[in-house]
Amino acid sequence: MEGSSYIVSREDWSLHRKGELDQQRHREKVREAIKKNLADIITEESIIMSDGKKIIRVPIRSLEEYRFRHNYRSQKHAGTGRGDSKVGDVIGSDPSASGGPGKGKGAGEEPGVDYYEADVNMEELSEMVFENLKLPDLKEKQNKKLASEALEFRDIRKKGLQGNIDRKRTLLEVLKRNAMEGKPGIYGIKPDDLRYKTWETSFKYESAAVVIAMLDTSGSMGPFEKYIARSFFFWMVRFLRSKYQQVEIVFLAHHTEAKEVTEEEFFTKGESGGTRCSSVYELALKLIEQRYSPTDYNIYAFHFTDGDNLSSDNEKCVKLVNKLLEYCNLVGYGEIEGPYYYTSTLKTAFRRIENPKFTTVSIRDKNGVYPALKAFFSDKRENSTVRMMQSYEE
Amino acid sequence: MNNMSGEIKELERAIEEIIHIAKGLGLDFYPMRFEICPAEIIYTFGAYGMPARYTHWSFGKAYHKLKMQYDFNLSRIYEMVINSNPCYAFLLEGNSLIQNKLVVAHVLAHCDFFKNNAWFRNTNRDMLESMSIAAQRFRSYELRYGRERVEQFLDAVMAIQQHINPHHSIKEPGPKKRDCCSERRQTPYDDLWDLDKPKGCSCGSGCHKKTRRFPEKPERDLMLFMMKHAKDLEEWQRDIISVLRDEMLYFWPQMQTKIINEGWASYWHVRIMRELDLDEWEAVEFAKMHAGVIQPSTKSINPYYLGIKIFEDIEKRWDNPSEEERQKYNRKGGEGREKIFEVRSIDNDVSFIRNYLTKELVEELDLYLFRRVGHDYKITDKDWETVRDGLIKNLTNCGVPYIVVENGDYGKRGELYLKHCYEGLELDVVHLEKTLPHVYLIWGRPVHLETKIDEKPVLFSYDGEKITKKFI
Repeated sequence: MEGSSYIVSREDWSLHRKGELDQQRHREKVREAIKKNLADIITEESIIMSDGKKIIRVPIRSLEEYRFRHNYRSQKHAGTGRGDSKVGDVIGSDPSASGGPGKGKGAGEEPGVDYYEADVNMEELSEMVFENLKLPDLKEKQNKKLASEALEFRDIRKKGLQGNIDRKRTLLEVLKRNAMEGKPGIYGIKPDDLRYKTWETSFKYESAAVVIAMLDTSGSMGPFEKYIARSFFFWMVRFLRSKYQQVEIVFLAHHTEAKEVTEEEFFTKGESGGTRCSSVYELALKLIEQRYSPTDYNIYAFHFTDGDNLSSDNEKCVKLVNKLLEYCNLVGYGEIEGPYYYTSTLKTAFRRIENPKFTTVSIRDKNGVYPALKAFFSDKRENSTVRMMQSYEE
Repeated sequence: MNNMSGEIKELERAIEEIIHIAKGLGLDFYPMRFEICPAEIIYTFGAYGMPARYTHWSFGKAYHKLKMQYDFNLSRIYEMVINSNPCYAFLLEGNSLIQNKLVVAHVLAHCDFFKNNAWFRNTNRDMLESMSIAAQRFRSYELRYGRERVEQFLDAVMAIQQHINPHHSIKEPGPKKRDCCSERRQTPYDDLWDLDKPKGCSCGSGCHKKTRRFPEKPERDLMLFMMKHAKDLEEWQRDIISVLRDEMLYFWPQMQTKIINEGWASYWHVRIMRELDLDEWEAVEFAKMHAGVIQPSTKSINPYYLGIKIFEDIEKRWDNPSEEERQKYNRKGGEGREKIFEVRSIDNDVSFIRNYLTKELVEELDLYLFRRVGHDYKITDKDWETVRDGLIKNLTNCGVPYIVVENGDYGKRGELYLKHCYEGLELDVVHLEKTLPHVYLIWGRPVHLETKIDEKPVLFSYDGEKITKKFI
């Protein structure tokens, strides 16, 4: 031998799960982080523009491993060219800085951009969001005629269809019987041992809801304002879908006049000119009358604007909103505080409306969407309890 | 199973041959333990840096990332080699025989490097065992003090774990004796030294007790300093700092020899493979794999590529020196091999590049510096010296900002005052502001960090509640 030895071996590693275990802990931390930053995360573009994807990527900044490090952006780095590089050549660009809000495609491949992106299951995320939302306790709709039958397997019987045999319970019966006879074991199935799963019919009342999404598309509403509205409606529709079997959504855009538009137009098209909000309320009322009778539909109307309404129109708006409230489960008014500031906004006028079904919210930035959702879908009675407790503490 | 043991037999034959060739070429390595592992295992080791290490979510995150890249076929870790004696090398199950041949050749050169490079002289070759024992101890802390607490403390310590003094084994001249009077006079003229001393010493001979600084000299080993001097730490917490510091000391030589070590291993896997009798298909497979490994990148430096190129260049220049080199440096020629063995024994990345990255090489490899300008990454420098110095700057201290403890009793309130030794590279402020609370958690009192922003000195402070920032 030449003095140095070697061994080749191959072990059984099947019980080595350290990586998996720590990964699980990491996943738990991701979940915690998402929960803590819901307000920030739910307006991520990757979600709002997800188009029904089940898994989405969201940046989670709190799970970076922080340490003292140099500022990558101001630092110079070395690279290797193909032989013809020159000073001033562009060798790549940082996609995270270009374009709309929160864009970050392929960020991981770029140098220095290393914030952590987690894959999140849309369903799981929705669950977390909806945990804090409630459909206010409102009167039952009258539309019970839309009843449908649903089958639920929740009974076990001795007779039934062969296809519905409950193997586990049957074998348990065999085991029990044999044990009682003194010879435990699973053998010799007798007809008496057979167990079948059986269903019960339950009647479900199919309920439908319609969201009347109203948006001010006048000149003062920019892409940011529309994005806010879009995020809000995205989650609103999702939430209602978890409560109702059928949720429709109609899009009404308005400036001084209102019209029904497609979703695409709703979120992209901009118009110029002034604003008359009463026009869209009138259109909403007309639609309810023609297509969405309150006896058949749970109606949720929400209107986004920057509040820059013709002051002469405000009075009419109040009247129309009051009328809408007669038909709708909830009416919401969201004012997006843009760069301009209006002293006399529609919101001030709406202060007079005192109806638990009516909510007004102001949203200043992306993080405001979640609180707005919570304000809109909250149990008003619960709120009042909170208020009582507070006064008690005083 | 039969087939499997047949495969192993074949691999053993190949390893035997490769070891023989490697030794003939002069490589000197520890006894080898080759272990064939499934992908999950090798990627776990990759994420943890070692086969057995303590538990932390960040390793799980790293594992997930590596594993994803493997699952999507974006990257492949062919091997992982541990600096230990005997030397452990893990081969990816599913490597073809020819892949394994290259990997084995590569690994032997790494092991030669670990064994003979001066920077590794003080590394603990039994680290595998030490880490595994520490991991068990950490586990017992989790059971005793709660998982959350241990995790939170680990989060904090890991945030500063790179701040060690890797040259701790170099003894600093011991502190001069405090009491000047006890110094024995050796010659009749020793009283001349007293002229240097300030007047008013209590002992009457001219010295006086200076206001004591704490630490006496700025201390770069934050880990050691905090382990020793943070007031409210419990024993298990000091143990965690101590373990993480030892592990970092173990990893540090690897971090500072990435380019030279990979270059060395790549240089040798090519030479060894050339000695093997490969059939046509194997030769093509080998060429493909080698090309993949040393493929240069526009936005970073591939250490395999730069390393092998520098080694080949050194060999060439010492084998066939130019007329100038012959006269000026007295190079005889034909000394290439000898020279590269010398380089592998004494250099690390910084000295490797400083000493051997020549003008010709920078031009041949088309190296440049780039930086972010607006949204783009633009090439800013092509001048060879600027490029070389830029590379060295980023490799200095393994790219970790040089931070020292300036004062461990700041404001006489036991607060910690850190100072970033600014040399033109600013700190990442977002990270800085998130790291200070971690330091606070360990130190237990307010912490401060002095650095520079836009060439102006700034002091960041964290008092347990909020970060403040002020220009000083």
